[in-house]
Amino acid sequence: MATLRDELDNLFNQARVPEGYVPALDLYEDKDGLVVKVELPGMKKEDISISLEDEVLTVSGERKYEAPQDAVTTCRCERVLGRFERCVSLPCKVDAGKINAVYADGVLTVTLPKAEEAKLKQIPITIK
Amino acid sequence: MKGKMNAVVEQNEKPDQTQSTETAQEFAAPGVNILETKDAYLLEAEMPGVSKESLNIGVEGNILTLAGRRQPVVRANLLYRESGPADFRRVFELDSSIETDKITATLEQGILSLTLPKAEEVKPRRIAVN
Repeated sequence: MATLRDELDNLFNQARVPEGYVPALDLYEDKDGLVVKVELPGMKKEDISISLEDEVLTVSGERKYEAPQDAVTTCRCERVLGRFERCVSLPCKVDAGKINAVYADGVLTVTLPKAEEAKLKQIPITIK
Repeated sequence: MKGKMNAVVEQNEKPDQTQSTETAQEFAAPGVNILETKDAYLLEAEMPGVSKESLNIGVEGNILTLAGRRQPVVRANLLYRESGPADFRRVFELDSSIETDKITATLEQGILSLTLPKAEEVKPRRIAVN
């Protein structure tokens, strides 16, 4: 029987490992749904793509940077740039029509309400 | 003249020896880009999740301290986490050629941009020949 740790590792290893920039991702769950947060400072929301297919959420885009026109020298460059793609296998079914995404303070927050069937805890069984 | 590359130098802080491990604060150091133009140095720090209200930039003498606090998530249950500690902190020692009282800052989508103007005497200038 897979432990919770193994299951969580599987959620994130299923997709191919992205090269280059890998933004940090957090996954939360409450009784109403899931929340995925991805740290993407300094982007425009038009450059971020989010899609959902078969309970796999994919966040991708390209971190671009344009140095100020009059920059003479670059003394230090720690910011990582380039294309990125993160995939998360969601632990439960979500209601695709009610997904909400907000990009503020450099963090993308995707709220995914659970689908009705994922909320049901009891299924009444009638005995014939 | 002191090397241009050393105008903004990182300071490594010694951890406070008197704090116990439970209360020791963990900080994440924001990644920075430092660029130079003819009039100023530009410092860009990545601080995702930090809003203007929770940002603290201080200059004391020639020491520049960048500190920011992220919102901790309260209600939801954490399933998986890759983000670092909630607080950002990084300290720099500025060369004396930087006019510390003219430093300006903007914060946009988690990127803090600081403009550190150079003092007049170190700006490149043309010398006319009579």
